[in-house]
Amino acid sequence: MENIVYPLLGGILIGLSSSFMLGGLGRITGISGILASTLKKPKKEELWRYLFLLGLVGGGFLIKWIRPELFNYSLDFSILDAVIAGLLVGFGTRLGSGCTSGHGVCGLARFSKRSIVATLVFMFFGMATVVLKGVLL
Amino acid sequence: MIAGMIAISSGVLFALGLVISGMTDPKIVIGFLDIFGNWNYSLAFVMAGAVAVNLISFRWILSKSKPLCETKHYLPTNKLLDKSLIIGSALFGIGWGWTGICPGPGLVNLASLETNALVFVLSLIMGMEAFRWFDKKRA
Repeated sequence: MENIVYPLLGGILIGLSSSFMLGGLGRITGISGILASTLKKPKKEELWRYLFLLGLVGGGFLIKWIRPELFNYSLDFSILDAVIAGLLVGFGTRLGSGCTSGHGVCGLARFSKRSIVATLVFMFFGMATVVLKGVLL
Repeated sequence: MIAGMIAISSGVLFALGLVISGMTDPKIVIGFLDIFGNWNYSLAFVMAGAVAVNLISFRWILSKSKPLCETKHYLPTNKLLDKSLIIGSALFGIGWGWTGICPGPGLVNLASLETNALVFVLSLIMGMEAFRWFDKKRA
């Protein structure tokens, strides 16, 4: 049961977060898109993007400070793997206009055809990569 | 002021959801993507929970003429199922499956203070910058 309750609870919180963003600011909570647009010259009307990211990153530190056991895992892959993964995720999410949050969490709920296709494609390639890496490496 | 508070608290709430759900632990994510291995289906409930909430709330929010702090809803207008969408999502999928980290968990994992967390986020930003350069070139 535990392995269903926590994912479900976490998912509900993610849903509430993106609902507050749409209901409050009229924005889709797409993390790759929000991050990418903060890399350009800052504009005053885009302050919300910086604040959301501050909440997301700062929230991580806050949670770790209050409940360190929630970070009881390690990122044990090579630095080269981290570089390859980061570059692919960065380039791919911009070319494909979104990631798990914008296309998945928000797009599916809007019945966006683009998001449904994107989600199926990245799920398929994510699974294929894990399966192939397991077989080949 | 209210808009800023909504943005920052939504960020914290999103981080909490990611951590509680297990999305920030790359091993759990790999276990979820490894459908032919020892498949860990639990993360399907993250997407199910999030989408279930949004199915109800988005419909209600979008039935109003405007959000609380803005004069209009800012929704994506592109409807094209084009090559960019497919290839981009495929590249993202490969990158996600490579280590088990997508952008949100990547940013939240900075709190782990592990070198790999920082390297992932810097590479993520470099990948986005590389796209901006590529996008200018192809235009």
